[in-house]
Amino acid sequence: MTSVQWKNPVVRWVDSRFPVFSWLHHEYNEYPMPRNCNYLWSFGAISMVMLVTMILTGLFLAMHYTASTTTAFTSVERIMRDVNYGWLIRYVHMNGASFFFIAVYIHIFRGLYYGSYKQPREILWMIGVVIMLLMMATAFMGYVLPWGQMSFWGATVITNLFSAIPLVGEAIVTWLWGGFSVDNATLNRFFALHFVTPFVIFGVVVLHVAALHAPGVGSNNPRGIDMKGPQDAVPFNPYMTVKDSFAIVLFLIVFLGFTFYVPNYLGHPDNYIPANPLVTPPHIVPEWYFLPFYAILRAINFNVLFIDAKLGGVIAMFGAIAVLFVLPFIDRHPVRSARYRPLYRKFFWILVANVIVLGWVGAKPAEQPYVAIGQVATFWYFFHFLVILPWLNFVERPDPLPTSIAEPVLKGGGRLAAGAATAKPMEKA
Amino acid sequence: MLKMLSRATVAVALLATGPALAAGEIPTPPAQTWTHAGLFGTFDRAAAQRGFQVYKEVCSACHAMNLLSYRNLRQLGFSEPQVAAIAAQFEITAGPNDEGNMFQRPGIAADRFRSPFANEQAARYANNGAYPPDLSVITKARKYGEDYIYGLLVGYKDPPAGFVLGDGMYYNEYYPGHQIAMAPPINEGQVTYADGTSNSVSQMAKDVTVFLTWAGEPYLEARKQTGAKVMLFLLVLAGMLYAVKRKVWADVH
Ligand code: HEC
Ligand code: HEM
Repeated sequence: MTSVQWKNPVVRWVDSRFPVFSWLHHEYNEYPMPRNCNYLWSFGAISMVMLVTMILTGLFLAMHYTASTTTAFTSVERIMRDVNYGWLIRYVHMNGASFFFIAVYIHIFRGLYYGSYKQPREILWMIGVVIMLLMMATAFMGYVLPWGQMSFWGATVITNLFSAIPLVGEAIVTWLWGGFSVDNATLNRFFALHFVTPFVIFGVVVLHVAALHAPGVGSNNPRGIDMKGPQDAVPFNPYMTVKDSFAIVLFLIVFLGFTFYVPNYLGHPDNYIPANPLVTPPHIVPEWYFLPFYAILRAINFNVLFIDAKLGGVIAMFGAIAVLFVLPFIDRHPVRSARYRPLYRKFFWILVANVIVLGWVGAKPAEQPYVAIGQVATFWYFFHFLVILPWLNFVERPDPLPTSIAEPVLKGGGRLAAGAATAKPMEKA
Repeated sequence: MLKMLSRATVAVALLATGPALAAGEIPTPPAQTWTHAGLFGTFDRAAAQRGFQVYKEVCSACHAMNLLSYRNLRQLGFSEPQVAAIAAQFEITAGPNDEGNMFQRPGIAADRFRSPFANEQAARYANNGAYPPDLSVITKARKYGEDYIYGLLVGYKDPPAGFVLGDGMYYNEYYPGHQIAMAPPINEGQVTYADGTSNSVSQMAKDVTVFLTWAGEPYLEARKQTGAKVMLFLLVLAGMLYAVKRKVWADVH
């Protein structure tokens, strides 16, 4: 770490005792960023903005929300009607959850495409998968809080999944509920947990960024090759700060466009009907960001040996996340970026289409032909990770890799300007 | 690659809409034109006021609107004395008083809309076992929103030949399953409008739907107006940031 001579005496005083300024300077001024990163690298920063947005709006909602089965629904409506800008706070929080997932899903697929999970970023990636799991738990519990029909029935369906666990399943479900059905006790604990998990996520994000900034790790890039020197990098500030800011504002335009103009588009109308344990909605569907996993859950509608369909579905659903967790150890092909892996690249796009199909099936009733399509897509999901990727380890012959990041792209009429690869930017720092 | 992906997405989207229509569970009501639709929409105050009259004289016999208070009507352009007069038409149970008893008094602006029934059981008992839902957020609680509500109110028809209607049920073109326990609530000439507007079924249905939409989203205008300012700000900011970004990166590209 280069030590900086701070001019301001107060800053110097603090920094020599607690080097927070040097630290910030090192991590967010100097941090060398590959010069060729595209806008997909902004989705980490965008996710961060969304996380902070969710925590802030959530805090203000919690000041007015009451977690009780008799008042939860009306308290949310009162926030919208009687709290100053309450409608804005609530709609930002509601749409923010969706756009947080959009940002993080793009962030993840970026990682899949450019092989960002590979050596030396395995731990960084695995921390990311933990974040995703925590986000899912948080979003699920948050959706229960307004105590509408989908809140109640979604909570009932998902908590019931735990009853599939052999022997102790029923006991676990009763313990989760704090009673014999989803009720006041459940709502209260979900509120308590929903309040705290975002801060846990925040902590894990700090670890995530620490893992990224660890010596010898750093950011991957579209070419998937390591930086070899200052000519390959730009200092984080001002290059990434300004680029990320621009990307964040573009993202906000889309996110707030939904929030202000179609705030209920991504939600389900049934959640404006107060929860009623006696009336089951015709279709119980989770929020859109859970649909692919929901489709995998429902695809297993048959027993496998001693594992019954329900347990099988739960195993498949969690398995879908588990394969992501161990992905760095499945895909051992030495080339990171899909740019130079023609076969992997094809399978990547097939996987993207496959996940979209899963999401579509997840929103459909459990009828034919959706069930069959969901089963094929579920099969393909696991086939991709468990068979195709290991197979590619052996058979894929990558295209020739560029020798460095700064080396101009010569093929296909790319820019050939002399001096395009100067060492200038990083030297500025 | 992107082209391929976008083609795949379009294909999936087309697939997605096909079967949804085929399943035919919720018939699609025809889209109406609403002054509150669009980027800069505002409520038609006169229609909403007439709609309130329809609600008060017709629907409120069966349907509660628990999330609204009489004071909220100020937003529709009713004056303070008008709101006080409207509220005073209702006997509200208040209390307990110093002796511990509940008592009746005329409503005041701060009171919530009076509910027609004491509880769900009483409502069902009076309606052949069917429950008239609270209408406070009804336009947000149904697919197709206000188009559906309007469609429902004007959608009563004779059942097609061979359609078996349950006892006390009515055939409605847009109600899921077509059998609804609510008798056609709006009938020709039922309400007399002070402003001389025609009191045809479709006019009254339209007016009450505007009122219900307002009731469900009373901050709709604030939302759209704030949205326009925020969007304008963000677009300008994005333009400026893009210019700065170009300048900063000029020596890299
Ligand atoms: C005589 C009592 C009565 C009156 C008056 C009445 N309704 Fe209803 N309404 C009902 C009942 C009962 C139901 C429940 C129907 C069912 O469950 O099949 C209902 C249901 C509804 C629904 C819900 C339909 C759905 O999609 O579930 C709406 C919307 C509605 N009424 C609007 C109105 C409006 C607007 C008015 C005034 C113009 C009105 N009602 C007047 C009894 C009434
Ligand atoms: C709360 C959610 C998250 C936040 C706030 C967050 C934040 C960030 C930030 C700021 C970066 C650096 C900028 C970038 O490369 O985009 C980053 C990088 C990364 N993140 Fe995340 N992240 C989140 C979730 C995830 C998840 C769920 C995964 C994977 C399952 C993941 C995997 C990665 C990887 C592999 C990198 C390094 C990428 C590279 O350099 O190519 N992240 N993250």
